[in-house]
Amino acid sequence: MAHPSVRSMSACARASRRLALALVAGMTAAAPAVAEGPRRVVSINLCTDQLAMLLAAPGQLLSVSHLASEPQTSAMVEEARAYPANRGQAEQVFLLQPDLVLAGTFTARSSVDLLRRLGVEVVELPPANGLADVSEHLRIVGRALGREAQAEGLVRDYEAGLERLRSDLPPARAAMYYPSGYTTGSGTLADAILRHAGFSNVAAELGLDGGGNLPLERLVMAAPDMIVTSAAYPGASRAEELLAHPALRAVQSDAGAAEVSDADWICGTPAILPALRTMAESRRGLESERLTQWDGTR
Amino acid sequence: MRYPLLLGALALVVALLFTVSLLVGPAALGLGESLQALLAGRGEAVVLVMREIRLPRAILGLAVGAVLGISGAALQGFLRNPLAEPGLVGVSSSAALGAVIALQTGLAAAFTLALPLSALAGAALSVLLILGLAGPRGGALALILAGVAISALAAAGVALILNLSPNPFAAMEIVFWMMGSLADRSMSHVALALPFMIAGTVLLLTLGRGLDALTLGEDAAEALGVRLGRLRLTLILGTALSVGAAVAVAGAVGFVGLVVPHILRPLVGARPSRLLPAAALGGAAMLLAADIAVRVIAPDRDLKLGVLTAIVGSPFFLHLIWRMRRVEA
Repeated sequence: MAHPSVRSMSACARASRRLALALVAGMTAAAPAVAEGPRRVVSINLCTDQLAMLLAAPGQLLSVSHLASEPQTSAMVEEARAYPANRGQAEQVFLLQPDLVLAGTFTARSSVDLLRRLGVEVVELPPANGLADVSEHLRIVGRALGREAQAEGLVRDYEAGLERLRSDLPPARAAMYYPSGYTTGSGTLADAILRHAGFSNVAAELGLDGGGNLPLERLVMAAPDMIVTSAAYPGASRAEELLAHPALRAVQSDAGAAEVSDADWICGTPAILPALRTMAESRRGLESERLTQWDGTR
Repeated sequence: MRYPLLLGALALVVALLFTVSLLVGPAALGLGESLQALLAGRGEAVVLVMREIRLPRAILGLAVGAVLGISGAALQGFLRNPLAEPGLVGVSSSAALGAVIALQTGLAAAFTLALPLSALAGAALSVLLILGLAGPRGGALALILAGVAISALAAAGVALILNLSPNPFAAMEIVFWMMGSLADRSMSHVALALPFMIAGTVLLLTLGRGLDALTLGEDAAEALGVRLGRLRLTLILGTALSVGAAVAVAGAVGFVGLVVPHILRPLVGARPSRLLPAAALGGAAMLLAADIAVRVIAPDRDLKLGVLTAIVGSPFFLHLIWRMRRVEA
């Protein structure tokens, strides 16, 4: 005798198969755009993972990279659990028989080249360097998946969110400071987020273009109004020990300090809106603190 | 050269390098400005840079160099072998293994002293092994081979633990533990390591008379009233305390304990009791100089100290092997 739950499951499966057939029939009739798009899509880059999960039609996306389910790097951990994870090697990806692979331009070059030689179509996305890149990337992935309408909807929501979070306060000087003194200067997404939220970027002011290390001495001498750091990873490292350096602590106690989640800052997806909101709130907090201090000294 | 004169000259060089070390850094500060900030506490940000970033670095440079120099001289005196050196015989890498175990198990976060104590235990274990495998009668070959094996094992342990760490930055720090660096050290590191390094140095300085007697051979030394067992214990404890604490905060910097005693030995009439203090000063000077050089050569890149000391030290090492070959032939 079959277990009741097994019975109900097989009933379920039958029902869902019928439903799927109906859906396919309906879709081919109502939404030819999806039918024209690729049917077996695999993403091997953290940022394309998240864009694809936002945009793909049910069943269209087969697998995302393992980083998409890491809470430290991904803003869509819950969603990613629904997909089998890949590690981006050509062999593993090819066995999934994809008709489209989404990759970043910095994704393992050898894997991408090998997949192309094997006749798989690969769409590569460069890293986002500004707020407008998010809209553009949504549209690129939307087009690649045959989901232009969904992409346009997300772009509208994202751009409305940007408009709401624009700060009209005069810029306060902020520095991003990550393990081993890594920071981001001009021409980066983080720089754009800071400027949109009412800050100027101290690393850009010190002449840093792109990402790089800023010695603690120079950060201390720059005396920023706000220091933005990331949450610590488990385990210990010298790189993160720097963030507990007494000199940095002293600067932080004079300035404002914000701890942000890397996951919201790494990729150019609409997930940067929460990052923008955190920074805009920090900016307002700094302003009210200043006003009370000013009142106090008067 | 007269001995007090030599010590005075070395102390002067150390004082000079210590001052230069305070004045070198990525933030371009004026001479007057930085000294005023350091001594009188004038200028908010400059005071932070001088007192919290550069001062601990200079202090650690001096102390780590001193303990590496003196422990090299002591090991060489006890084993009567010029090739003995904490880096080459695996004491430094074993201390690094101890430190990494304390950090990655979370022991160091729960109990601050666990970091130096665990490094100290690693160092002590390796000195015991070296003395057992290549004791006074073991010869140069046994010493070097035992050292190679212990270093390799400890380095493999460090790499394994850091590769398995859940922290994505940990694996990048294998180089730090094997090559050493004083970048971004703070006063809390000084407070953690300096007491151990001072205690170790004091212990090693008491070895002078015993090591002098030992140059005449073990029997003669015992006839002169030297208790070899106690001498050995003091050596193990002194080396473990000083090298263990140094490695726990600065990583393993090699060759200082080889080069410095080698240069100074002829100047002190080859007497271990005179070589010990001179090697401490010489080691301090060498490490301070190396730490200044890494900041001048690559200001923003954290070039490792061990890179420079190995470039200077390896030719010395090869030269020593060449000389021993001629003696043995």
